[in-house]
Amino acid sequence: MSEHVVCRLDEIPVGTSKRVSVDKRDIAIFNVGGRLSAIANRCPHEGAQLCLGRVTGEVRADRPGQQRIEREGELVRCPWHGWEFDLKTGRSYCDPERLKVKAFDVAVKPGAELVEGPYTIETYDVQVRDDYVVLTV
Amino acid sequence: MSEQVSDTLTRDLSGATPVARTGQPVVDCDIHPVYRSPEDMASYLPERWRQHVRDFGVQTASPLVGALPYPRIANGMRRDSYPPTGGPPASDLPFLQEQLLDPLNIAHGILQPLSGAHTALHPGLAEAMATGTNDWQLDRWIEPDARLRGSLAIAQEDAEAALREIRRREGDRRFVQISVSPRTMEPAGSKRYWPIFEAAEALGLPISMHSAAFGARSNTGTGWTSFYIEEHFAFSHGAQAALASMIFGGVFDRFPKLKLILVEGGFGWLPPTVWRMEREFDRYRTELPDLKRRPAEYVRDHLWLTTQPVEEPPKSSQLSDLIDWIGIDRLLFSTDYPHWDFDHPDYAFRVPLTPEQRAKLMHDNAVEVFNLA
Amino acid sequence: MTTDVMDRKPGKAGTRDVRIDCDIHPRLPRLPDLVPHAARYWAEMFDYRNIDRQELMTYPVSTLPYRPEDPSVQADAAGLAAAHLDPMAVDAGILNVLSGAHAAYDPYLAAAMCEATNRWLAAEWLERDPRLRASALVPFQNPEAAVAEIERLAQDRRFVQILAVLGGEKPLGRREYWPIYRAAADHGFALAIHPGGTARHAPTQSGFVATRIEETVLQNQTFASQVASLVAEGVFNEVPSLRVVLMESGISWLPGLMWRMSKDWKGARIEVPWLDRPPIEYMTRHLRLTTQPFDGPQDAVIAAKVLDQLPAPEMLMWSSDFPHRHAERGLPRGLPEAMHKAVWGQNALATYERLELSNV
Repeated sequence: MSEHVVCRLDEIPVGTSKRVSVDKRDIAIFNVGGRLSAIANRCPHEGAQLCLGRVTGEVRADRPGQQRIEREGELVRCPWHGWEFDLKTGRSYCDPERLKVKAFDVAVKPGAELVEGPYTIETYDVQVRDDYVVLTV
Repeated sequence: MSEQVSDTLTRDLSGATPVARTGQPVVDCDIHPVYRSPEDMASYLPERWRQHVRDFGVQTASPLVGALPYPRIANGMRRDSYPPTGGPPASDLPFLQEQLLDPLNIAHGILQPLSGAHTALHPGLAEAMATGTNDWQLDRWIEPDARLRGSLAIAQEDAEAALREIRRREGDRRFVQISVSPRTMEPAGSKRYWPIFEAAEALGLPISMHSAAFGARSNTGTGWTSFYIEEHFAFSHGAQAALASMIFGGVFDRFPKLKLILVEGGFGWLPPTVWRMEREFDRYRTELPDLKRRPAEYVRDHLWLTTQPVEEPPKSSQLSDLIDWIGIDRLLFSTDYPHWDFDHPDYAFRVPLTPEQRAKLMHDNAVEVFNLA
Repeated sequence: MTTDVMDRKPGKAGTRDVRIDCDIHPRLPRLPDLVPHAARYWAEMFDYRNIDRQELMTYPVSTLPYRPEDPSVQADAAGLAAAHLDPMAVDAGILNVLSGAHAAYDPYLAAAMCEATNRWLAAEWLERDPRLRASALVPFQNPEAAVAEIERLAQDRRFVQILAVLGGEKPLGRREYWPIYRAAADHGFALAIHPGGTARHAPTQSGFVATRIEETVLQNQTFASQVASLVAEGVFNEVPSLRVVLMESGISWLPGLMWRMSKDWKGARIEVPWLDRPPIEYMTRHLRLTTQPFDGPQDAVIAAKVLDQLPAPEMLMWSSDFPHRHAERGLPRGLPEAMHKAVWGQNALATYERLELSNV
């Protein structure tokens, strides 16, 4: 496990996602209301990119006709077949035990802290004045 | 067909379709191009019908104008399929090339425009829309990209008009099949459709029946369903009804070289349907004393199926069984791009296939049935 | 043939499998049969308006392959016993009447015909042979009256289920039918769905078919749609103890429906989020199917694979469809020996809460 600086925080504005590659891993980072999460980008079903999916909540109903949305912003729907994945855990809604994508720890760190190391900085010229997204892979 | 874009993305779509790894060339038998806009469609109509559409619209049996009665998942589209240049999914050739034809190594793509000609109730308009759709396929898609082939749209409920359009395109091998909706006004084996079958047989063009989202009849034998999840699986029902009607109506006795391709109903339904036909044929044989062969024989000689949406049974051996029972030489791979239930050639068939079997499924069967070589 | 039931002599209780035949057809009652069982007004109307022949166009029992060669085999309880119950060693047999009562447009006439038919079944059949059971006719055209009829029959445990025809006015999952299911489940009735219809809708998406064989072959579509409706509308969420028995439906099409709908559910569940499990699980838990006619392949090895696609061995129950014409009346070929006992009768005993065997 090592920590990787993958981009500046302002490259993933609130309400967007970004695809990054770390050690050949294809990873989707989402910024939901300022909270970051990261999961493997590839849907295990037919290979769509989850970073292109719609971020949404969990649709539930205790009885027919009583639909509601809970946990707003905590799921992404695959852009193809609509399978839902929990952004924190990577578990699917439809089969949470067996069907899941890998979830990664993601953090925001100030550049001042990062220039000291020991982070793997790949393509970024880290500036002290900026905040950065750091993935643990 | 709705032109509305409810869920667009403006992000980087590069690599949205994973590149197929095997190098196996693919014939995609179900690609859905659409007009960029209603004006785009109108530009392929003669002035008389352009005015008609502008002032009176396109009358169909659907309850809604310009929208599907069962709202779909993600507007029915892959969310990543909206062209960056604007317009609805699959309205832009360069983006279709980038997102579908190139990454999937598609040697030939068969266009399946869900043309209003199939469902327009006004016969004159239906004919004009068919002609316009066919001109547009050539103009916008097939002439600019030699990989693409067309499906000949016809006004299926008006045999005279259908024959005029078929004759107009006679000899144009860029159209590889004649496209009709299985949700015909009467069962597909009815005599009113025989002139179309006769022409198709004479020209060596398969009849392709693509699942349709609505028709004049309720979508079940017990009335309209409430939900899309009930509507969607039942796409195969229209195909089953068409097949049964054509077999028991004697169509294949009368037109022994006719080829039928059922598109976008999946294929898992076929073995049970054939078993049911065989069983009941023994019980009802005297109802059809003139039928020359058994139902399974007609299926074996006349029918092909496109694969999407692929069956996903709990065990992969169950998918292998289905393929065995149908015969792999009768299955034609399709993606259904840009629709939400898209199939990718690398991931749709998670069963052991030999390279020969994979080549048949992905490419060779289609080359043969459409005479693409 | 895997099972030649005619060779198997009935033995004493406990030495042979219990046999419960889930689908037996008595003759259709006519005007003189129903008049004695109708209230005064309806008796007068049945007679004055000649409400007599009640044969469904979609289940035309006067035609082939329904019509028995010898009508006496379904004319009365004694004829049925001699022709079928005795030789097949049936311990309990469920009578199903597919009648115009299901198709009547007048909701009150429908209720009156259902009630009179049920009273006729009780008096002329159930009273005369203790092996007989019946499906109660209830008017889906009139849910209030259907509930009342269920309550009227609640004490008569010889009625083990209520009967819906395959092709109704609306899909069976619709909310207006829920009171019927609640009442049925409260009293332990299963819901049976049997071919036959109201002709409110064409049987196919392309209209009315030209031949009987098409109608029969394609019945699986409406069965699939009824199952999908019951699941999608949330009937099994609302009435968790409801059992649904598909009769004369065939079997081979059901796995495909289960797979297809469960696949779609993964993305489309947001439309019906009360389904918190894939449809295959609801279907496995709540559906039962009868064996005749078995619509699998002739090849026994492939037939066994098809039967194995059913997720649970409890789902299958024996039926003969007597006296309609079939090549055989026993268990489907390809059914593993280990399942025979269950399919002959144990599954039906587990399914029909109201069915008790006193004669075995």
